[in-house]
Amino acid sequence: MAARHKSVETKYMEERDAVLRGLRGLDRRTFLKVLAASAGAVMSKGLITPHSFQLVEVANAAPDKTAEATGMAGKPPFTFAYISDTHLYPRTLNQRFVRGAVKAVEDVNALDPQPDFVLFGGDLAQTGRHEELELGRQILAELKAPVKMMVGEHDWFYDLGDSWKDMFGPPNYSFDWKGVHVVVLMSVHEKDFWTARKLTPAERMGIVAGLDNGIQSRFEVGDEERKWLSDDLAKVPHTTPLLVFSHSPLYKYYRNWNFWTEDAEQVQAILKPYKHVTVIHGHTHQMLYNQIANISFYGMLSTAWPWPYAPTGLPPLTIQMNRADPFDQFDGLGDGQLNVRPDGLADKIYNLWDRNPVSVKADYLISHGKVARPPAPQFASY
Amino acid sequence: MTRRSIALVTAAGCAAILAAVAYAPQVLRAQQAQAPLPIHQVPQAKDGGVVVMLCDGKTSMEVKGLKTGESMSHAQAVEVTRELMAQWQREHPNEKWQMAQTDESSQPVPAPSAASGADVSKPSSTVPSMEAGAKPPAKGMQQGDTYASFTDRDYKVWKNETDNFVAEGKRIFHSDKELGGTIGVSCDMCHPDASNTHPETYPKYQVQLQKVALLRDMINWCIENPVKGKAFDPNDPKLRALEAYILAQRKGVPLNYGKH
Ligand code: HEC
Ligand SMILES: [Fe+2]
Ligand SMILES: [Fe+2]
Repeated sequence: MAARHKSVETKYMEERDAVLRGLRGLDRRTFLKVLAASAGAVMSKGLITPHSFQLVEVANAAPDKTAEATGMAGKPPFTFAYISDTHLYPRTLNQRFVRGAVKAVEDVNALDPQPDFVLFGGDLAQTGRHEELELGRQILAELKAPVKMMVGEHDWFYDLGDSWKDMFGPPNYSFDWKGVHVVVLMSVHEKDFWTARKLTPAERMGIVAGLDNGIQSRFEVGDEERKWLSDDLAKVPHTTPLLVFSHSPLYKYYRNWNFWTEDAEQVQAILKPYKHVTVIHGHTHQMLYNQIANISFYGMLSTAWPWPYAPTGLPPLTIQMNRADPFDQFDGLGDGQLNVRPDGLADKIYNLWDRNPVSVKADYLISHGKVARPPAPQFASY
Repeated sequence: MTRRSIALVTAAGCAAILAAVAYAPQVLRAQQAQAPLPIHQVPQAKDGGVVVMLCDGKTSMEVKGLKTGESMSHAQAVEVTRELMAQWQREHPNEKWQMAQTDESSQPVPAPSAASGADVSKPSSTVPSMEAGAKPPAKGMQQGDTYASFTDRDYKVWKNETDNFVAEGKRIFHSDKELGGTIGVSCDMCHPDASNTHPETYPKYQVQLQKVALLRDMINWCIENPVKGKAFDPNDPKLRALEAYILAQRKGVPLNYGKH
């Protein structure tokens, strides 16, 4: 038998196991307390460097000079936070991802002033089961600010959205916020690959949950939802800034892993008449940003695991984040914040746990990389 | 006399000679789950010594006076390997025994053990003539022995076997159950297509393991930690298959040990 190596995390987990053993029975408030207490114990031993949510920007962005100069000022700036891709299993099975989700909730609750709302970016559950979604709902219920829910493929493909819709309502909706029109899209439809194969719901979910199996169809917004989007935008003037929340990226990055939206061009065409469009997407679990014509794209961090950059197709404007340290459960993960400027464009802060936050300015993207370049990684992917 | 295995590395570094190859049953299973491997039949020792056999499964000699479980002195081992190679060359007068050191296309790498000065390292005595072998080599090609006598079908079978082994690794990589995971997590969740596993960078020092790690150590670490399973024994067929899959995904990437 190989000599057993005890890593930092192994030791950490061993120490915490005792604390967490009773977790299952706890209600969620006590649960958060237990977690915070044990995390504190670990930090005091120096095993993990203590970090809390550190703001590098003033939470409420100062009125933007460019916006003033171009006459787009006037609308109040605002801030919203996001938490995404928590991938929760039933609470009896997996605490690792619960810890990530809870940590994000604590981060966002520590923001002062509080954000206007919190976007949840999809993939709340790992295998789409009701109890996973319910666990997620309970954890997110701890947030002080109002939550806007978005659906991901992991939430959807066990029962094709039944539980999610029961809990959170229709997956497509829009609202107006301080002069910005906000759209939440259901963008993870897939063409039926399961009926012909006679797959069970669990099998269907399992296949969608895997990135590299090649069996599933590619994500799409689909005819119906695109029609819904066109109709929704029919009444919105083209000068109104748009914020579009989508789980899939709404562009084509890497097909094999479904970092991809099959009808991306059609969706982009619907958004084309608008001067300022910002798409905030989940699913890719990495720092990722892009600019296509009038649309700025930002990918959200996950709280569960980071994904490697795909071998091809990375948008040229994306500056990679350092590769994650496998010995640190929280590395490469985090949550984030968007400061929406008076002109409706958004500056973004990646709040990377155990690392300095990284700020990605709207100006960086709309100038196609000419100004405000984010810091380069020391350990790029290879 | 019981069968046992002794691996000798010659001073010249030219021939690893396997003696009395007897795989332990569990190693056999590790190699291939279904059929048992062919075993080289090593003749019984006649004079109470140990029979040492070449990798060809035919050429052998008995080392007199050597007891089961005993090791030869270095000089004796050199003598035995030379004797065996000489015997092999007598039986294969038309074959060329290729010495890595004499191959002009390859870099002259000093073999650390060559310092012992054993003259088996001298290539002159081991280069027979190049005339007609069993299978005439194509024009401009060197002559080979073992591999030259295999057919395209053999190559296909081997490829098939290798691909199956890799496919088995892929299956395990994608299955929390096969990995013995306890929290529903499998490797592909964080490493689609085995990306970011960088097998070509091993061995390398891993600070957190506080040692120079091999690929399998890192696999085992990931099994114990994100996957929350139990580390595999180094000979566990599952670990071997995982290694095979991870390596296969990086085909063509230059080896670069120590890279972080
Ligand atoms: C929860 C996410 C996660 C899971 C699950 C996971 N790993 Fe990892 N693993 C990582 C991260 C992150 C790294 C660091 C990657 C890097 O260096 O870019 C890593 C690194 C590695 C490395 C070393 C890479 C290097 O550059 O040296 C190997 C090998 C590896 N993992 C194998 C596996 C295997 C095999 C499994 C399944 C038993 C597995 N991992 C499961 C997250 C994970
Ligand atoms: Fe996700
Ligand atoms: Fe997703």
